[in-house]
Amino acid sequence: MNEMQKIVLDYVQKEYIEDDTEVGLETPLISGGIVDSFSMVSLKRFLETKYHIQIPDEAASPEAFDNVNSICRLVEEFTKKN
Amino acid sequence: MSNIGSFEERVKNFSWSIAEKELDYTPGGVINIGWHCSDRICQQGKGDKIALIWEGFGGKQKTYTYNQVRLRSNVIATFLKDLGIEVGERVCLFMDKVPELYIGLVGILKTGAVAQPLFSAFGDESLLVRLGDAQTTAVFTQRKHAPKVRKIWAQLPHLKYLIIIDHDPSKTLADREIAFSMDDAEPVEEFKAYPSKAETHSLLHYTSGTTGKPKGVKHVHYSIVSQYLTSKWVLDLRDDDIYWCTADPGWVTGTSYGIIGPWSLGVTQCVQDKGFSAENWYSFIEKYRITMWYSAPTAIRSLMKAGSEIVKKFDLSSLRHLCSVGEPLNAEAVVWSEKVFGKPFYDTFWQTETGSMMICNYPGMKVKPGSMGKPFPGITGVILDPESFEPIKAEGKIGLIAFKPDWPALMRTYWHNEEAYKNKFKNGWYLTGDRSTIDKDGYFWFIGRDDDIINTGGHLVSPFEVESALLEHQAVAESAVVSKPDQINMEVVKAFITLKPGYSPSKELELDIMNYIRKKLSPLAMPQDVEYIDMLPKTRSGKIMRRVLHAKEWGEEIGDVSTLEND
Repeated sequence: MNEMQKIVLDYVQKEYIEDDTEVGLETPLISGGIVDSFSMVSLKRFLETKYHIQIPDEAASPEAFDNVNSICRLVEEFTKKN
Repeated sequence: MSNIGSFEERVKNFSWSIAEKELDYTPGGVINIGWHCSDRICQQGKGDKIALIWEGFGGKQKTYTYNQVRLRSNVIATFLKDLGIEVGERVCLFMDKVPELYIGLVGILKTGAVAQPLFSAFGDESLLVRLGDAQTTAVFTQRKHAPKVRKIWAQLPHLKYLIIIDHDPSKTLADREIAFSMDDAEPVEEFKAYPSKAETHSLLHYTSGTTGKPKGVKHVHYSIVSQYLTSKWVLDLRDDDIYWCTADPGWVTGTSYGIIGPWSLGVTQCVQDKGFSAENWYSFIEKYRITMWYSAPTAIRSLMKAGSEIVKKFDLSSLRHLCSVGEPLNAEAVVWSEKVFGKPFYDTFWQTETGSMMICNYPGMKVKPGSMGKPFPGITGVILDPESFEPIKAEGKIGLIAFKPDWPALMRTYWHNEEAYKNKFKNGWYLTGDRSTIDKDGYFWFIGRDDDIINTGGHLVSPFEVESALLEHQAVAESAVVSKPDQINMEVVKAFITLKPGYSPSKELELDIMNYIRKKLSPLAMPQDVEYIDMLPKTRSGKIMRRVLHAKEWGEEIGDVSTLEND
C-alpha cells in the first residue's frame, strides 16, 4: 500500500464507517452503500484540499469514487494535470 | 409563583375576558391604548412610580414617572389636535429610541390618530414607500433624520407637517416644519382621550413580505387585551420588576412589548439608546438591576460570541426571567444562557401580523431547548397540511403553522392590500407562512418559512436545523443556510458562516464543518458549499435575511432591502 492509498483509506474508515467494518482498497464504497452521493461531495472536498487539486464535477462520478484504488487514480490524474 | 401559575389550568379555564376585566374594559365600551398606558395607571395610584428610565449616548439619562408620561403625552396630543390632525390620520414617529418615541406613541393614540413608528435607520427611499402607502399626514423626527423626509416630501402629497423634536433654534425652519419640545412645553393636565372602540385603528406597522413590497399591517385598540395578558403571563411582568425590552419601537416588538405591554401593567422599564456591545449591555443590566429581559437571538448570539468570561465582570444576579423574540432561538443559545445567566432564554413566537405572542415557553413549564413552546392559552394553534390545509394530527410531520383567527391583536388588514390580507387565510385558518412539527408533548419545533425549506434530492431539509447544528461547531459564530441550485439534486444546502475569534477561513475548516453536519444531522443536511463571510446580511432589527443570500444563489431579484442593516 502506498502513502496515498493509506491516507485515503484511513480517511474513509474514519469519516464514513461507524461500525467495525474494515474497508479494503477495492471495497465498493458508492455501489456498496458506504458513501452516498451527498457524502461523496465531502470526500471530493477532502481530496482537493489534501492534494491541492481541482476535480471537475463531471469527473467526480460514482464510478471514479467507488473504491480507494479508483479514487487514487483520479487524484493522480488531476495531480499531473494541475 | 409566576403570574401564569399552571399553564394547563389556564388553558382549560381561559377567556380573554380575564384581561378585559383587569383592564376595566367592557365589551362595546371605550378602549384607548394611550389612556390605558398612562392615565389609568395614575388613577390606580401609581402616578409617582417610574415608568421610563432612559439612557443615551454620552451618559445622558432621563427618568419619567407615570404622571409625567400622562402629562407629556397630553402635551403631544394637544399639540396634534391644535395642528388639526384628525382621528384616523397617520402620524409617523421617525426617531431613535428617545423618550419622545415612547411617550409620543401614547400621545398620538390618545388623539385617535394612528401611530406609525418607523425605524430611524430607514433611508429616504424606504421612507417614501411607507409614508406614501400610509398617506401619512405628520412626521415627528429628530433634526438629524429630517433631511431624509425633506428629500422626499415633494412626492408625499398627504404629508402636511414635519415636526422636529430637537430643533436647533439657530437654524431656520422651512414652511410646514415645526419645532416642538416635549419636555419644554407647558404640561397639559387634562386631555380627554378619544373615545376609541375595540375596532378603532391604532397602529400601522410595516413589514416586508417575501415578494418584496412592504405591507402596512393595521392594528386596533383592542389589541391591548392580548398584549397586556401575554406581558403578564409570558414575560411574567410584576409590579416590582425592572424591565428591559431591547427592541426598537420602530418594530412591532418594541411597540407591543416595549410600550403597550409593560405600561398597561404599570411596570418600570429601562431603555438604552446606545450601540451594542456586551460591555454596554451587561453594565446596563447591572446598573439598573434589570429583572426581566426581552431580547433577540441575534443579540444573544452576539453575546455568546463575546464569550462567558466578560459576564463574570458584572453582577447580573437581578435577572429573574429572560425571553427571546424575532427568529427561532437555537438550542445552543438556550443552553448557554442557562449556564451563563443561570436561567434559559424562553423563546416566544409571533409576528407583526399577529400583534402579540402566539407560541411561547412559559414560566414553570419545562423548556425544551430549540422549541418554540406551546400556543398561548386561548390560541388554537395547529400545523396544516400544505395541500389540503387540514390540521395534521401525526407527530413529527412538517406542516404550516396556523391559528384560528380569533385573538384580540390579530391584524385587521394589510393597508390598501385586501387581496394580500385575504391570502393569509385558508380554510378558516390564519397562515403564518412558517412551518413546524409538533411533538408528542404538544411542543412546536420550528422548521422554517414555507419558502425557505430546502428540497434536496426529493428530501426536505430545514435551514434552521442546519444553522442550529452549525452553531454548535466550535469555529462557527453565526450561520445562515439557504438552498443552492444543483443540476442533479435540484437544490443542495449552502451555508454562509462567520467565524469565532481565533479561527481563520480555510479549506480544511470548511471540510471539517461539512463533515460535522453530515455526521451530526445527515448527508442531506450537509452544506455542499460553505462560504465564509465577514457579516451575515441582517435587517436593522437583527433578523438574518436569508432571502438575500437565497436570491443571490438563485440569481433572483432580492426584493425590498430597505430593512437591510449592512447594505
